[in-house]
Amino acid sequence: MTEVITPAAPVHRGPADLHYLNEHRGLRSWLTTVDHKRIGVMYLWSVLLAFLLGGIFAMLVRLELLTPKKTIIEADAYNQAFTLHGAIMIFLFIIPAIPAALGNFVLPLLLGAKDVAFPRLNLASYYVYVIGALFALGSMLTGGVDTGWTFYTPYSTTSNTSVSMMTMAAFILGFSSIFTGVNFIATIHKLRAPGMSWHTMPLFVWGTYATAVIQVLATPVLGITLLLLLMERVWEIGIFDPRLGGDPVLFQHFFWFYSHPAVYIMILPGMAIISEVVPTFSKKTIFGYKAIAYSSVAIAFVSFLVWGHHMFTSGQSDLATAVFSFLTFLVAIPSAIKVFNWLATMYRGSLDLKAPMLYAIMFLLLFAIGGLTGIFLGTISVDVHLHDTYFVVAHFHYVMMGGTVIAFLAGLHYWWPKMFGRMYSESWARVAAALIFIGFNMTFIPQFIMGSRGMPRRYYNYLDQFQPLHGFSTFGSWVLGLGLLIVAGYLLGSLRKRCDAPGSPWGGMTLEWTTSSPPITHNFETTPVLTHGPYDYSLPGRRA
Amino acid sequence: MSETAAQPGRRAHEPFLQHHFAEPEQQVEAGKIGMWLFLVTEVLLFGGLFVAFGIMQTRHPEAFASAHHHLDRIMGGLNTIVLLSSSFTMVMAVAAAAANKRKQLIVFLVLTLVFAGVFLVVKYFEYSHKFHDGLLPGKYYSFQGESVPGEFMFFSFYFMMTGLHGIHVLAGMGAIGWVLRRAIRGDFSNRYYAPVDLVGLYWHLVDLIWIYLFPLLYLIQ
Amino acid sequence: MNWLRSIILPAEGSAYARQVDDLYIAIIVICAFFFVLIAGLLSYFVWRYRRRGPDDVTPHISHNLKLELLWSIVPLIILTVLFFWGFNSYMVARVAPGEALEIQVTGKKWLWQFEYPDGMRTLNEVHVPVGKAVKFIMSSEDVIHSFYAPSFRVKMDVLPNRYTELWLQPREEGVHTLFCAEYCGRGHSDMLGKIVVDSEEKFQEWQALGDEQTRTMPLAELGALLYESKGCSSCHSLDGSRREGPSFRGVFGEMTSITGGPPVKVDENYLRESILDPQAKIVAGFEGIMPTFQGLLREREINALVEFIKSRK
Repeated sequence: MTEVITPAAPVHRGPADLHYLNEHRGLRSWLTTVDHKRIGVMYLWSVLLAFLLGGIFAMLVRLELLTPKKTIIEADAYNQAFTLHGAIMIFLFIIPAIPAALGNFVLPLLLGAKDVAFPRLNLASYYVYVIGALFALGSMLTGGVDTGWTFYTPYSTTSNTSVSMMTMAAFILGFSSIFTGVNFIATIHKLRAPGMSWHTMPLFVWGTYATAVIQVLATPVLGITLLLLLMERVWEIGIFDPRLGGDPVLFQHFFWFYSHPAVYIMILPGMAIISEVVPTFSKKTIFGYKAIAYSSVAIAFVSFLVWGHHMFTSGQSDLATAVFSFLTFLVAIPSAIKVFNWLATMYRGSLDLKAPMLYAIMFLLLFAIGGLTGIFLGTISVDVHLHDTYFVVAHFHYVMMGGTVIAFLAGLHYWWPKMFGRMYSESWARVAAALIFIGFNMTFIPQFIMGSRGMPRRYYNYLDQFQPLHGFSTFGSWVLGLGLLIVAGYLLGSLRKRCDAPGSPWGGMTLEWTTSSPPITHNFETTPVLTHGPYDYSLPGRRA
Repeated sequence: MSETAAQPGRRAHEPFLQHHFAEPEQQVEAGKIGMWLFLVTEVLLFGGLFVAFGIMQTRHPEAFASAHHHLDRIMGGLNTIVLLSSSFTMVMAVAAAAANKRKQLIVFLVLTLVFAGVFLVVKYFEYSHKFHDGLLPGKYYSFQGESVPGEFMFFSFYFMMTGLHGIHVLAGMGAIGWVLRRAIRGDFSNRYYAPVDLVGLYWHLVDLIWIYLFPLLYLIQ
Repeated sequence: MNWLRSIILPAEGSAYARQVDDLYIAIIVICAFFFVLIAGLLSYFVWRYRRRGPDDVTPHISHNLKLELLWSIVPLIILTVLFFWGFNSYMVARVAPGEALEIQVTGKKWLWQFEYPDGMRTLNEVHVPVGKAVKFIMSSEDVIHSFYAPSFRVKMDVLPNRYTELWLQPREEGVHTLFCAEYCGRGHSDMLGKIVVDSEEKFQEWQALGDEQTRTMPLAELGALLYESKGCSSCHSLDGSRREGPSFRGVFGEMTSITGGPPVKVDENYLRESILDPQAKIVAGFEGIMPTFQGLLREREINALVEFIKSRK
């Protein structure tokens, strides 16, 4: 009934001799590069390092929670460990992971462009990120932080740990995020290949666009919030400090006005990756392109109106609570639409369960749990019971890790051959994916139960009745950690091989697969001209 | 885009066209989008401060009302006029660049710089007066005269907002200086003056923020 | 589904807890349905549509408006119902009945302090009568804490600059844990309290005996505290100087003259009578301005004051 259209024939079947990795050599050529691919790669190693560091803190937290009272570290050290786990994972890993690392690499390729709109700003963004990271490290070395990553006042204004420096770190990292956002919006508006309209852009571009909008609109508010917090600590300006006539709850409003949209800075790019991986490995056109594209924008918009759902028990007015609860339910709809669209894409497809697709399927399952458990927390009276318990911890780990990190892994496996020109071991990838899936659920399912039974979060010591579940959770974290180590092992191992990846290893139809792996410095031999949509695997009457 | 690759000759006529743009218009438009987005982040940055100011003012109305009497409306008003004038000269500078009038461009840029300098000098006198009286933010507040409790909070905001704005004025002066140097070097023509245009946009924002700060801090009641 | 409740939820301490649990279970059922739907379809597709070969042909299905409307509108309806359900039960938890017993709560690093209407104070343990509504009026002395009683499904932040409220109505006798749910530093996880639900009689009895201090402190020491806290000190000096009332110094065991009556010996019975019915025998030269402390002092507290006066030689 339909004519089969094979993906666009890659310009280079085999690996190119001269590409962006080897055309210039030496440390200097990397540190002064304005090539989006190299900046993406530098970002990638940086965020992976941050992920490792944050992961070590996570393992430390879980190990301490193996038994009530002291297992290996004291209460103060524990409080610092979970704070640093959160702060590092959020500010140094998840927020930049997909947009700044993978996005930087593939966005211009997906658009058929030679680079992002402002290459020097892009490099500046990376250096600002490094400076922010150094501040975060400095904070760790000068006393650490024990406030939780949320920096709630007045605890954070009175804590004598190195809060000011960590606040500076987050403030600086915000600029890095803003630079990336500004750059991507301008790039998407102005640098699309001839023939690429807004409705033939790959969905990753749409997701990145929605993310960039949030980055630009929300991050400045975080900036000013952190600045006010810093001033409160240094000058005692009195805005958040109740002793001086300030209002500590005001800080929460300011903080969540940024940090709730920031949740979508983290998850939207993850969804965007899934929207690429699912059609490619189903060899079928995406179902409901416009619904997926616009739901990203809808999420970005509504995400600014739901911050109060973090504050149902903070003493805010009942009216505010009701409005925030209702809007929170609204933001669930676009997410649900996306999940059903991905499922419908797989219907009657030709599913190839390669590593990226395995992670995409894992994403669908885990994100479904993350999203559905969000319903408990949006429902006011149930949230009052569950707020600040392990239920919340489990919920956001399902969204952040089960969602974003798994999607990041899907993207990493999907574009790894493109980035480095090497294929990795598919069988090790399966083993690792299985371990990650099992370990992740073992770690966090017990936390849903503990939370429902009333186990508050950020607890160093806990009631004996929770010990079996905590023990199980800690055991799960080891399985999860092992799975991630295996991923690191075979991916790094693949780099020791010679380049062996074909230009288009998965048969994808978006533009990045039309150039060599790794791409040449200027991305494309000739400027690509779009002749088909990004997912037209079997459109009648058209041939690529 | 493919044309430029095919016509390397054309690129030679556009020395400021970056390699990843196909045409000058594309580059200019991308630059404008970038600058507008940057201005949006600036507005939101100050917006956060304005909101915080508004909330604290409604909590401590007497303190804020009493504290603002210490500000010098004459000096504030003078500075408003100075900044408005600088915005005007900036507009003239952009117009001169568009009309390919290099000398005028340089004159107006210098004038803008002078006005910005005057603004900072006036601000310096205001600040030193506040320092002398101990009208300082937070824990440094040490005013000896009659005052309402909580005035320190007003001065916290006063110094944070005008200070942040002052930093923006300094950054603007740096940017104008850079454009001036390039103008003297003869980089700009009616075909290429995007940096003048973009710096102009930024400078108007700096001016605009002051237009909001002045009534908020000096004229509240 | 009681088995499910007993596995994943703590014991229900109040009728309100039951209400919240009903909603919780309803959401679980809804979520389970959707999860099984998603996971089921996913597994089926993965098996049914697995790749058979490189030349597999797939149909071009770009969208299906009816289907898309279906999966947008059905969740919207379900979520709207859940919103109203959740909001309704939340409002129950927000509005305390007028006749509730009011207890002041102060949170500070890292303990809970309770104060009853009669001035009785307790630490980390609050007794409440079964079946009665109890309202907690809370504030913090330092950072933000959060009053969380899982058995009653209630939680409210305790703020340093204002009062917040929370109420509950225990259904049966028992002991429930009170947690601090807002991170507050080193002792956060040890900031635990007990909510002890007593029968009406036991609660009365407990109140009559008073708090820990009242029950166990040596009498004379307790008396010294009460001398200050109950305001005796403003009229009765300890050094013999004359104020509105006679000094306590060396008064015990002496004879004293009485306005309009025969002199009396200052013994335990006289002191007791003077505390509970001060107008009965007024010491000559003083006005009868002392208020009665009938009902304001517990039995042991009266004994303590008597003991204290006795000790002021």
